[in-house]
Amino acid sequence: MRFGVVVFPGSNCDIDCYHAAKEILGQPTDYVWHETSDLSSYDCIVLPGGFSYGDYLRPGAIARFAPAMQAVAEAAGRGKLVLGICNGFQILLEAGLLPGAMRRNDHLQFRCETRHLRLENNTTPFTHLGERGQILRLPIAHADGNYYIDELGLAELKRNNQIVLRYCDAEGQPTASANPNGALENIAGIVNRRGNVFGLMPHPERALENITGGTDGQLVWTSILKWWEGNHA
Amino acid sequence: MYKAKIWVTLRQGILDPAGQAVQKGLHSQGFGGVRDVRMGKFMELVLDATSEREAAGLVRETCERLLVNPVMEDYTFTLEVHG
Repeated sequence: MRFGVVVFPGSNCDIDCYHAAKEILGQPTDYVWHETSDLSSYDCIVLPGGFSYGDYLRPGAIARFAPAMQAVAEAAGRGKLVLGICNGFQILLEAGLLPGAMRRNDHLQFRCETRHLRLENNTTPFTHLGERGQILRLPIAHADGNYYIDELGLAELKRNNQIVLRYCDAEGQPTASANPNGALENIAGIVNRRGNVFGLMPHPERALENITGGTDGQLVWTSILKWWEGNHA
Repeated sequence: MYKAKIWVTLRQGILDPAGQAVQKGLHSQGFGGVRDVRMGKFMELVLDATSEREAAGLVRETCERLLVNPVMEDYTFTLEVHG
């Protein structure tokens, strides 16, 4: 399985994502400069976290016009896997590959801490090794993670089972106090309707080894690889 | 040429945490009569356009394509002859 990690000016989690795919999963992985317009050789394209284009205008607003993003849209259309983490999630929203938008955190602060997340959907290529209701501990690090979508959009997300992760407390309850940024209904991660594009604010690439505080992020990476192997065996 | 002045704000009904923080700051300074504060962005564009109609069209296109996220933002603009 071949991974491509797209690097924008201002990406800063690209090396962690490369490490996850290359070293933890042991798969061939390339860094792909954002000016690349052909991503057809990749089975999974990762849009890493960071501050592409300095978050100017809005996070992800300028990155979405990079040549690589046209290729990401084509790959998504062909059913390839696309994983957008943090700024990568914001880019997917701006590009319209996922529904909704990100507002500034409701308390206006940058939050960098480990959070509990409840797995709401274990039927996606990114989460199928988990159990519904499973609680994960993953780091977050963002100032713009306050997910918003209008009522019709929210109803559609629910109808199609597109909500994948919610911020929750240690018992798995998605309470207001467990919500680190004001996100609508504690939403932390969603998939597109087809299920092959996943955006999330937490950082699974930062939770792969005990030395860095936990291994819960392996669920996402290993699910991707097993899903692909199951479809290409 | 025309100069466009564009105001981008969060849509009505969408919580504006920065505006609320500023309102709180004003209240703590004794400006209790400030009922609401909405924060936003102000942009000026100088446009190659030969008519106001053409300039207005350009502004709408730039807003809808990049400058504004229609999921959560609204915009208004004015035009004046420039140069």
